[in-house]
Amino acid sequence: MAMPHLQQPDPAHPIPQNDTLPEDDRDQPLYKTRDKVYPKRVSGRFRNLKWFALVTLLAIYWIVPWLRWDRGPSAPDQAVLIDMDLGRAYFFFIEIWPQEVYYITGLLILAAIGLFLATSLFGRIWCGYGCPQTVWTDLFMLVERHIQGDRNARMRLDKSPWTFEKIWKIGATHLSWLVIAAATGGAFVLYFHDAPTVMVDIFTGDASLGVYVTIAFLTFSTYLLAGWAREQVCTYMCPWPRFQSAMLDDESMIVTYEGWRGEPRGPIKRKNLVRGEVPEVGHCIDCYACFNVCPTGIDIRDGLQMECIGCGLCIDACNEMMDKVGFPRDLVRFDSVQNSQLRAHGKATKIRIVRPRTVFYSIIVMLVAGVMAFGLFNRSTLEVNVLRDRNPIFVRLSDGDVRNGYTLKVLNKEQAAKTYILTIEGLDATDFQVIGLTPNQDGTFSLDVAPDRVGSFRVFVAADPEALDGEATPFEFSVTDPKDNIRETYDTVFAGPK
Amino acid sequence: MSTHVEKDQVSGHETTGHEWDGIKELNTPLPSWWVYVFWATIVWSVGYWVVYPSWPTATSYLTGMFETTNRTQLHETMANVAAERAPYMERLAALDLDEIVNDSELLNFSMAGGKAVFAENCAPCHGTGGSGNPGFPSLQDDDWLWGGSLETINETLHVGVRWDANDDTRFNDMPAFGRDEILEREGINDVVQYVLSFTGRETDKAAATRGMEVFADNCASCHGEDAKGVQELGAPNLTDAIWLYGGDAATITETVTNSRGGVMPAWGGRLDEETIKMLTVYVHSLGGGQ
Repeated sequence: MAMPHLQQPDPAHPIPQNDTLPEDDRDQPLYKTRDKVYPKRVSGRFRNLKWFALVTLLAIYWIVPWLRWDRGPSAPDQAVLIDMDLGRAYFFFIEIWPQEVYYITGLLILAAIGLFLATSLFGRIWCGYGCPQTVWTDLFMLVERHIQGDRNARMRLDKSPWTFEKIWKIGATHLSWLVIAAATGGAFVLYFHDAPTVMVDIFTGDASLGVYVTIAFLTFSTYLLAGWAREQVCTYMCPWPRFQSAMLDDESMIVTYEGWRGEPRGPIKRKNLVRGEVPEVGHCIDCYACFNVCPTGIDIRDGLQMECIGCGLCIDACNEMMDKVGFPRDLVRFDSVQNSQLRAHGKATKIRIVRPRTVFYSIIVMLVAGVMAFGLFNRSTLEVNVLRDRNPIFVRLSDGDVRNGYTLKVLNKEQAAKTYILTIEGLDATDFQVIGLTPNQDGTFSLDVAPDRVGSFRVFVAADPEALDGEATPFEFSVTDPKDNIRETYDTVFAGPK
Repeated sequence: MSTHVEKDQVSGHETTGHEWDGIKELNTPLPSWWVYVFWATIVWSVGYWVVYPSWPTATSYLTGMFETTNRTQLHETMANVAAERAPYMERLAALDLDEIVNDSELLNFSMAGGKAVFAENCAPCHGTGGSGNPGFPSLQDDDWLWGGSLETINETLHVGVRWDANDDTRFNDMPAFGRDEILEREGINDVVQYVLSFTGRETDKAAATRGMEVFADNCASCHGEDAKGVQELGAPNLTDAIWLYGGDAATITETVTNSRGGVMPAWGGRLDEETIKMLTVYVHSLGGGQ
């Protein structure tokens, strides 16, 4: 499934014309059976990077729910927590209420554009290093290799009859996978509950059904996707590989095979005979080291492919071989298609990070991040919403005045109990009352709102219809926090007869 | 439908062998596990036949393992709801109305419950939210025919108004002064002019002065000497801005001529005591409670 426009120049291997292909009498299969991939162990720069990413990301996943963050007595002390019951999301010093879900939207936009930017700069580093599918598959492969041995041993084991050794090796592998999968599912629920409490509850059987169902589902999906499905997820389930080429250009850094110096490929023996004398002989010794280590089972020498997750393990594998046979390194390298072509023609290479595409993505990232940062730092700890009664729009009272009813929602986003002062401004009211409260001496009302909660108040305002400004008289509710000197107003209208 | 393998000369990729006007389709076969998932979903669906009601039979239908029906599910849900409400309902039954209003938890419970009951039973006449309709009083204003305290609202809900089936029902009977020929046309006009003068409207002064005597003779016994109404009798205040059927001369004339007599069912016995308490608290909270 090579992408023609990104394929390496390959003058030595012209694509065979149709009539030169041998007639094949095989029936064409309707479905493609999976060729199991047996990635070989490899070491090198990219493998180290991948180990680093693996350890860091898994550590974040498993450790973060245990971090504590003091928010006072009225709020949970878990640093990262999504409290579904109360409708609060906590992230260290940030607290988000349900109506502020646009921060999540912003985060998703940042993630998407950030992914585009990273891809246009460095190819599919997300797929190769950051994606949970990659990280957990890598971890599962590590376990598998530890128990069953490396590529050749695993291939032999799969082909061998069911001996005791095979049974316990395969059994131990799957058992280990299930344990990791259960730990993965178990850690997920920690983000939605107080971690130490729910951890105990899980083992004592006191956790809610939702917790157990979540753990069971994620255990199953982790085991299935990282143990069995692996590269099939990337190739067939994930939409990202299908359109990632839209983010790439000739200057994007990708894992690329330098066909101009690799071809014509051939075994080392033939090369030894001619080395130094026939310079056009390719450096690729056709050892299949790159293929053997590939976690998705592709041959990078076929060019950039949809299946390639850009992890660069083939680079490590090839470099190891090149060192052994004494050829220059980086026959498979992390570079742009353009540089590869420049090198082929003996020209100087260049890496251009500032390109229209990357600038465009960067601007969007900065815009969205800027708006979000502005929003977060200017987030008011007091918010007022007023719902005006609509049924009826106004009530005629016995003394001829008209009355409007309002429901006042006062959002106290601080971790401290608050007493706000409520006044109305811009209306000549004949009566102003809050149900259940007695007015202060100056006719205002004191609204008590618990820490981190919404106070809901029924407010009635009456006015003489003669003094009104037609059907809708604009005025405002003013809510003041006298201690912190915060004031929020809400513009509404007073409805009266025509 | 299998065809022979043929390679596309540009991409080196196998084609399906199909050709339309020289255009060939590259073959990208579905992974076989995908097909297995498809079959698995079909097998899974058979499970539904076993667990849930499914196929019709000649006389009935397959009921499924747990004999699930929407009706039993509804009963289960309602039983759960009732179980959740039970502690509140017990307290509602035990406490009197003032205590309920002063308990913020019970108040909120009653407001929510009362709102739902109101929408089911009361809204057809009194309007959603109790905003009233001509002939059906607004429950949001500060004017009450039979009293706006918790106790009187509760009593009215229990016994209804002019509800024959209830012996204690709220009852009064304004005479049809015109139809029953108690008053002449002139007398009715005079008293209407007098009534209009209470609310400071343009009247025929001479007629209004004559009407004063008609009022004292015929109306004051129920509506009071000062025409401010008598709640014990359900006689409305004629001096305020609120008119149940309309406050213009023509409507008042019609009222005096033919009388009025709205009816409200007695809810005692139809709704249980706790529900009527919730309804009382809700109606009392609408803005006119005294």
